[in-house]
Amino acid sequence: MVAAIIFSVMLIAGFGWFGINILKIRSNILLGRDIDRKDKPGQRWKTMALVALGQKKMFARPIPALLHLGIYVAFVITQVELIEIITDGIRGSHRIFMSSLGGLYTLAISIIEVLSVAALIATIAFLTRRNILKLPRFKKPEMKGFPTFDANLILVMELILVTCIFTMNGADEALYLKGASHASHEAGSFGFAISSWVGPHLFGGFSVETLHILERIGWWGHWVMVLAFLNYLPYSKHFHILLAFPNTYYSNLEKKGKFTNMEAVTNEVKLMLDPTADPYAAPVADATPQRFGAKDVNDLTWKNLMDAYTCTECGRCTSSCPANITGKKLSPRKIMMDTRDRLVEYADGKRKNGKDYEDGKSLLGDYITEEEVWACTSCNACVQECPVNIDPLAIIVDLRRYLVMEESKMPTELTGMLTNIENNGAPWQFSPADRGNWIHED
Amino acid sequence: MSTLHVPTMAEMMAQGQTPDILFWVGCSGSFDDRAKKITKALVRILNECQVNFAVLGAEESCTGDPAKRAGNEFTFQMQAMMNIQVLDGYEVKKIVTACPHCFNTLKNEYPELGGKYEVIHHTQLIQELINSGKLKIKEGGVFKGKKITFHDPCYLGRANDVYEAPRALIEKLDAELVEMKRCKTTGLCCGAGGAQMFKEAEKGNKEVNVERTEDALETEATIIATGCPFCNTMMTDGVKNFNKEHEIQVLDVAELIANAAEL
Repeated sequence: MVAAIIFSVMLIAGFGWFGINILKIRSNILLGRDIDRKDKPGQRWKTMALVALGQKKMFARPIPALLHLGIYVAFVITQVELIEIITDGIRGSHRIFMSSLGGLYTLAISIIEVLSVAALIATIAFLTRRNILKLPRFKKPEMKGFPTFDANLILVMELILVTCIFTMNGADEALYLKGASHASHEAGSFGFAISSWVGPHLFGGFSVETLHILERIGWWGHWVMVLAFLNYLPYSKHFHILLAFPNTYYSNLEKKGKFTNMEAVTNEVKLMLDPTADPYAAPVADATPQRFGAKDVNDLTWKNLMDAYTCTECGRCTSSCPANITGKKLSPRKIMMDTRDRLVEYADGKRKNGKDYEDGKSLLGDYITEEEVWACTSCNACVQECPVNIDPLAIIVDLRRYLVMEESKMPTELTGMLTNIENNGAPWQFSPADRGNWIHED
Repeated sequence: MSTLHVPTMAEMMAQGQTPDILFWVGCSGSFDDRAKKITKALVRILNECQVNFAVLGAEESCTGDPAKRAGNEFTFQMQAMMNIQVLDGYEVKKIVTACPHCFNTLKNEYPELGGKYEVIHHTQLIQELINSGKLKIKEGGVFKGKKITFHDPCYLGRANDVYEAPRALIEKLDAELVEMKRCKTTGLCCGAGGAQMFKEAEKGNKEVNVERTEDALETEATIIATGCPFCNTMMTDGVKNFNKEHEIQVLDVAELIANAAEL
């Protein structure tokens, strides 16, 4: 009874706090400018099914893809077990679905156990890749400090969770063999794929009292880890397990080479080119004065901000970026991490000090330098690589737009190039009249 | 060689004629000495196949691509609007270009500003000409048995998902098409895109075109094929960096085809 109350309080508090954090992140994302991504629902569902659910883009690199798939499938399937844990926890029952599901129960738990082993292997492999093999993309400057700790912490939590599952099932199996499990009054075996071996071999020597304690440690440990994991998610790069779905749904469905059209500019250019336009005409009703390009997170679209929260810092973008490969400061992953970090700071500031609060900082300058912005070749390799359809290039382009159109700050050669286009219709200094000369040259 | 037939839109209009397709030459193709050779190779192919085409000549202007990539939407849109006025004035329906940057901009970014045309890359047009039997390449031509690698231009490949047309053409040459370790969707940029062509690279430990040329050298190909005038410049410089310019040629796919067809 006491246990059931403690359990229920944990359940409400754990899910409640998680819910509050989700709403906070949602409101942070909605600080971004609006962008329409509601068209073509059919294509969007398909993209989500292939890219998020089907992990299509992960398989561009098969080894991490398989390991990741192991953890992913185990994670999803283990949620089935959570239904029983929650039911048992509230009711104070033990393995409530066992008698009603019969053989199906044995199968379900066996699948969970096999997948848990796969997840265990994958987790150890991932820890090895990060900490022993030291893959270069995990050792870039932006990974120093919290990001590395975050990645390892999640993996360690996985290890604890899997250990809890096998302690719970193994100890219960050992109890069952002795006829002392709460699941049945007679002696027997659950027949689960892994714990029917783990039970007698690892726990067979313990007394019934110790086994009951071990089984409870496993069960409560499992539950505590689930809540801990759930509530750590919103503070972690691991949030991608949830946002991968909406983020791929709202993917950019256009060709990657197509940069967004700036409508505010279109209106101005039309006025400039239209000889009949009245320069003193009243502005269009909804023409809210807007900054050209992006200086801070609120100049970006909500999709850019969702991208930032979805990033799991895997670094595939950075490892395929021609600028980064050749030693330039630009790292597309850092662009995403900076955007998220600045968004959290920006939104927290407003939440604490009121809507009009300005902290005098901005994404461009305080987080991302001009040098990074100008190193991009706009090759789209980062966009292509991202397993969850994040678009770092869109942010880089908006930062460039701000620099060029609001501050006229750009490398001097580009000023020359732009002047040439404006004066003679080519990025180089050639006379437009000479454009057809090649026709008559040898 | 000197008998290129290149009518301009203005000339054709004066004669009451309408071309089937506009050849958008682009700034590189018009002014850059190396790229002009690509332009002429394509014209020889068009002439051979009696394609009814025209160019804008002095009426053509930069598409605005480098301005847009550099972040100057004003300059881009000014260029785009003026070009659209010219194109619509001539009632242009279909455009071919040998520059993936022009191709991408005309195809993807002009429609929202009112300029709607069917835009194809020259490798796609040449492929059509070969497939329809208008252009014939002799078996066992100059490239027989040679190793050729194709460098994917970002604005043709990843940006617009055109990977097969240039490769299909190289395969017509009786040559051996060898792929670099980074190719197609994972192809590495030459370093020129995003207006980098017009500025010094930011500080780093290597030039992008050198990194990319290493990929090409690894294949032991004697010809690096490109489909973009900027890539051509970058790869040519990369090959020179390794003092391999006498062993390795950097050629546009149009040049390969024109040579193989003995035009």
